[in-house]
Amino acid sequence: MPSVTLLGQAVIAGVLIGGLYGLLAAGLSLSWGLLKYINVSYFALAFLSAYLTYQFGTFNGIAPWWSAVILVPAFFLLGVLQHWTFMRLRVTELTSLVVTFGLAVLIESLIQWIWTADFRKYESGFSGLTSKIGPFFVPTLDFLALVSATILAIATWSWLRWTYVGKALRAAAMDPEMASAFGIDHRRLSFLLSGICSAYAAVAGIFIALIATLAPSEIGTWIGVAFAVVIIGGVGNPLGALLAGILIGFAESVTMAVTQPAWAPLVSFTILIVLLLWKPRWT
Amino acid sequence: MDVIRHHGLAAVLVGAFLLFWVPMFGFPAYYETFLYSIFFWIAIASSWTILGGYAGYFSFGAGAFFGVGAYTTATLTTWYGVPFLWTMPVGAILAGLIAVAIGAVVFRLNTLRGELFALITLAITFILATIVSNTPLDGGSGVYLLSVKVPRLMPSTNGTMYVIALLLAAGAVTIAYAIQYSRFGMGLFAIHDDEDAAEVKGIPTFRYKLIAFAISSAIAGAVGSLSAVYVGYLAVPDTFSLTLPLYAILMCVLGGRRHWLGPAVGATLITVALNLSTSGADPVAGKAAVAAAMVLVVLLVPNGIVAVPRGKKRGVSEVAALASAVVPPLPAANTDGKVLLVCREVEKSFGGIRALHAVTLDVREGEILGLVGPNGSGKSTLINVVSGHFRAGSGTIEFDGTELRDLSAHAIARRGIARTYQIPRPFERLSVLDNVALCASFGAGTGVLAGRREAAHWLDFTGLAGKAEALPSELNLHERKFLEFARALATRPRLLLLDEVLSGLNSAEIEGAIALIRRIRAGGTTVVFVEHVMRAVIALSDRIAVLDHGMVIALGEPQATMRDPKVVRVYLGKASAA
Repeated sequence: MPSVTLLGQAVIAGVLIGGLYGLLAAGLSLSWGLLKYINVSYFALAFLSAYLTYQFGTFNGIAPWWSAVILVPAFFLLGVLQHWTFMRLRVTELTSLVVTFGLAVLIESLIQWIWTADFRKYESGFSGLTSKIGPFFVPTLDFLALVSATILAIATWSWLRWTYVGKALRAAAMDPEMASAFGIDHRRLSFLLSGICSAYAAVAGIFIALIATLAPSEIGTWIGVAFAVVIIGGVGNPLGALLAGILIGFAESVTMAVTQPAWAPLVSFTILIVLLLWKPRWT
Repeated sequence: MDVIRHHGLAAVLVGAFLLFWVPMFGFPAYYETFLYSIFFWIAIASSWTILGGYAGYFSFGAGAFFGVGAYTTATLTTWYGVPFLWTMPVGAILAGLIAVAIGAVVFRLNTLRGELFALITLAITFILATIVSNTPLDGGSGVYLLSVKVPRLMPSTNGTMYVIALLLAAGAVTIAYAIQYSRFGMGLFAIHDDEDAAEVKGIPTFRYKLIAFAISSAIAGAVGSLSAVYVGYLAVPDTFSLTLPLYAILMCVLGGRRHWLGPAVGATLITVALNLSTSGADPVAGKAAVAAAMVLVVLLVPNGIVAVPRGKKRGVSEVAALASAVVPPLPAANTDGKVLLVCREVEKSFGGIRALHAVTLDVREGEILGLVGPNGSGKSTLINVVSGHFRAGSGTIEFDGTELRDLSAHAIARRGIARTYQIPRPFERLSVLDNVALCASFGAGTGVLAGRREAAHWLDFTGLAGKAEALPSELNLHERKFLEFARALATRPRLLLLDEVLSGLNSAEIEGAIALIRRIRAGGTTVVFVEHVMRAVIALSDRIAVLDHGMVIALGEPQATMRDPKVVRVYLGKASAA
């Protein structure tokens, strides 16, 4: 059994990484729940954003927050463009999985072609920053990721919950024909949402660049966790995705501290299965 | 159509027979390796489609069952010295058993369909991977199988592996073929289109899903077993991988998921494309090209290259010919008033809402019983409870001496109770004829051919013979309602439950439907029907039962019952009854 300090440190690390999980899963969750596209290309887009942040920071001397100013709107447009293409080509929920998987491989190839398959690390100068709270160290960047994830998740959730646009989007997801009979312009709203999904990927990517090591092959490793986060949090629920991300991050990190790190994947997936079997409806 | 399909399988098997002798000629090993990878993917993709394509249950678990086979072979050969060929069936059976165990839990839950089932299988892959990697089975460092002896079926070891892979691929394709054209396969297709309706039409959906999952997983296990020895080294991340199911899905979607040959076509095309790209000068560009091609193909041919042929339109005369072929007449009308169905104190609640309360009702053989009452009075719920769609909370429902309450819907259907849905729920991807044939085949327990003959008869009876080869989406509402009739009648029910068959029809169509219901009863079938069209209720019913707030408030001869003050109060309000 590890010491209390170690355990506490593990809890902090887990909760913080949960913020990143939440950011990464938000796009998939929203697009699956409200646009009916199971879009796995967001993971590749997040890594594209991460590599661009790395590129700007390392070779052009652009600070990460200025990268965010460039990348978030750019990815928003990219998301809108992608959605427009999908609608024009009549992509369905089923084929979306295949099409976006193909897109993800294309983006991965592009990354590998430009930046090679080698590991890259963005030396931003901030990675060593920590604050000390009692006996525990809190890495500043991870903390910032969690804070951003929380603000974004609450904002998106409230927007969907309380505003006219949000309600219209949810109505359109449930029954597009009925919604349009009541005058909801489903198409225009869905463009807005698709842009937001893609912008989430941009934000996630910036933090991935700051926190993690980059390699094209890393894209696949995040997909499993992200799917678990989406399902546990409830499809189409950004706040749920964040909470599920924190839950999984926490569970993984504590398992790693208590047993061998190799057992960690068991945790998130066991949680997923138990939740699916035991409480199949939570919305 | 039938000729083409048999020739198709024959061509595949002849091709496999010719390819069998390739290793004898001593070509460069490269060719065998290349063909091996094609066979490998044909087997994996074909196995995937049996559950994923036919029944519509997308699984990401191919890697898990592949891994079970691989590690079974690794453990048995390296630890216990079991000969390799013996370990293959063991791996396959073990993979199938694990699938059955998982399915026994997962398939019971109606909520775990679609994406959630896919997720469960994904999770199972990771869980098995973690367990194998942390136990002595693998230990985290991988297992070498280089010392495993391979029997010499062919001049070279490589050739032997090639032949085994060929046999597995041919076997998988043949199994997919056999299933597609069997009753079992028809059942899986129906599950894909509308699982609840399939169950009510007499298809044992739970058992069928379980069998499909087991067969699919067992094939994946056998391939895993072969692959372990072929590669000679096992590592957990490469074995329990997501790549395997993802490629299988791509191949099936590309080739056609609802056709036995589709996965094989898709697997061949993608393997060839990958091979060309990786052997080219720039592997990254190759990978990108394959991905781009895949996206384009899926967008341009969403149903896959090999879609199920619609066949030429059968003429009316041809269907009539089918229909006139010996169909035994229905049993003569039995009007001695024997009680066929008895409901006693039936209760059903949804959450806090009591939909049925102490419903006691008997239905006599040969009669037409009308069920009327305001909206929400429990009429449709009663139909749903009797047909087994919902389970009664308490009380007994006895049909010809058999207690129905604990039977599943398909078992009830097979005992001779058929129902229609208020909003028709045909199997949208099956032709009108197949829709009816399926119901005949499962409800009445006939073979596929007898089912088609029976179906043609009932299409003739309901006046749909001209639309036999159409898809349900091509019918208008009136025709869709009559298709519901045909599907119910094809099971040769003793009791027919009709749920608002007249709603949405115009008055001429209503007259036609009333005449049809009379003809059905004249054929000896007892009818219970829920209806709001009072004219039809009075015209048709021998007796009527009036429901209000889940209770039977009146039961008896139509005219008198409708004049009952309690009934008048329900329909017209208190003042009118006074």
